[in-house]
Amino acid sequence: MSGGAVVRPSVAVPDDHVVRYSFQERVGHWINGIAYTYLLATGLALFTPHMYWLAAVLGGGPTIRFWHPWMGVLYMITIFWMHSTWKSDMAATAEDRAWKERMKDYVENRDEKMPPQHRFNAGQKQFWWVMFYGSLVLLLTGIVMWFPEEVPPGLHWVLPIIVFIHSATALLTIAGFLIHVYMSIFVTPGSMKGMLDGHVSGAWARTHHRLWYEKITGRRK
Amino acid sequence: MSNGPLEIKAISGHSGPVPGQGVSRDYDVCKLVDTTTCIGCKACEVACLEWNGYEFRETTFDNTYQTMPDTAWNFWNLIRFNEHENEDGTLSWLMRKDQCMHCEDPGCLAACPAEGAIVQYQNGIVDFNQANCIGCQYCVTGCPFNIPKFNNATKKVYKCTLCSDRVGAGLEPACIKACPTGCLHFGSKEDMKALATKRVDQLHANTSYKDAGVYDPEGVGGTHVIYVLHDAKNPEKYGGLPADPRVPLMVRLWKGPLKWLGGMGMIFGVLGVFMHRVKYGPKHVEEKRP
Repeated sequence: MSGGAVVRPSVAVPDDHVVRYSFQERVGHWINGIAYTYLLATGLALFTPHMYWLAAVLGGGPTIRFWHPWMGVLYMITIFWMHSTWKSDMAATAEDRAWKERMKDYVENRDEKMPPQHRFNAGQKQFWWVMFYGSLVLLLTGIVMWFPEEVPPGLHWVLPIIVFIHSATALLTIAGFLIHVYMSIFVTPGSMKGMLDGHVSGAWARTHHRLWYEKITGRRK
Repeated sequence: MSNGPLEIKAISGHSGPVPGQGVSRDYDVCKLVDTTTCIGCKACEVACLEWNGYEFRETTFDNTYQTMPDTAWNFWNLIRFNEHENEDGTLSWLMRKDQCMHCEDPGCLAACPAEGAIVQYQNGIVDFNQANCIGCQYCVTGCPFNIPKFNNATKKVYKCTLCSDRVGAGLEPACIKACPTGCLHFGSKEDMKALATKRVDQLHANTSYKDAGVYDPEGVGGTHVIYVLHDAKNPEKYGGLPADPRVPLMVRLWKGPLKWLGGMGMIFGVLGVFMHRVKYGPKHVEEKRP
């Protein structure tokens, strides 16, 4: 779905709105988001005693130890699903550098100074690739932590390294996740509607993703 | 630790000061394994199984007298047999009773995320409480001696308890009771250390074991199971006893700086985005169509 050219709406789209995410994209995103939230809560319970109360809330220590890896599997499936859908939209473009140079303006809401962006802006791309590669690291280290009893005693020295990498990578994704959730709820009104209902207003699309808007509507400014 | 309860307060029929008043005895426990007098009879293996209620498991023959390659979740006490060729061409037949070392600074406890699954008692015993164990095996990650063993059926981890149930009732551990040669001793750490040192002096004076010494590794704060070894300079030859065991550095970093940085990062991250919202507010879209 290069450039998100044509997506079939599954809900009625008002006249002045454009389709932003297909039904499949939205389902993939939300399964992923729910899985990540569970992994975050259970992972934090296992990471620090200050958060171990989350284990009790989620069914007890043995329960979260059982489900955390399985939820990780579901999470990875949706990550790969999103990857196959979005990888072309997430590829680096010439506009990324200009956006990154003006990132301060973006953070401080001087959006009129921002260069026009494609379907995803450079910040969203950066978030995606942090989550994608971070998830790969979490998968590889997580498989070992799922079955440490299969690691021969002579190789036990790798376990502390693997556990450390898993925790540090998880913290990196938490930083991205925090900004992602914050921005979707508090910074860019209308974006949540895009991910829930699949469409955004034309004005929203023109403001945040002008190049994408022009491409899908065939309209020049 | 406090040894108040065992200090003599008064004795009957005695005039003058109470004998032993103000003298304190250490109350922590220690097991001394003298490898120079172990004959490899495995009475301790059997006693351990009997006391802890496990069936004798299948053995594995690997051209030695060793019962099986490694300790197991239901086999906590294993005599390791090692045939070591010395530099002068002679052969040493080394036997070492392998079990949990009950570290003063236990790596298993540092790594464990489950509240109350691992308990260290004032007397030095490090015990697993399976009721609180979640089966993550982080203890395996933290242990420098490869002691905790996972049971796939119960999803819990098990190891030697130093017979905390017997010791709590004033008895010696089962392995000590069964030892026929007296190579196993049990008492306070101070006493066992003194006994071990005495034995080492004996070995230095009367035998050719000039490198004999006590194994009580400092890297884990000392242990509550100590060895007398014929060759304390090369503990590895006793079936892989580490020369300088330590809680892995990555476990320290994970449970120390990373935990604090991560926690602080999350707290200030949430505060930060909240402040961002307060300062800059949401983004606006151009409503009018050009």
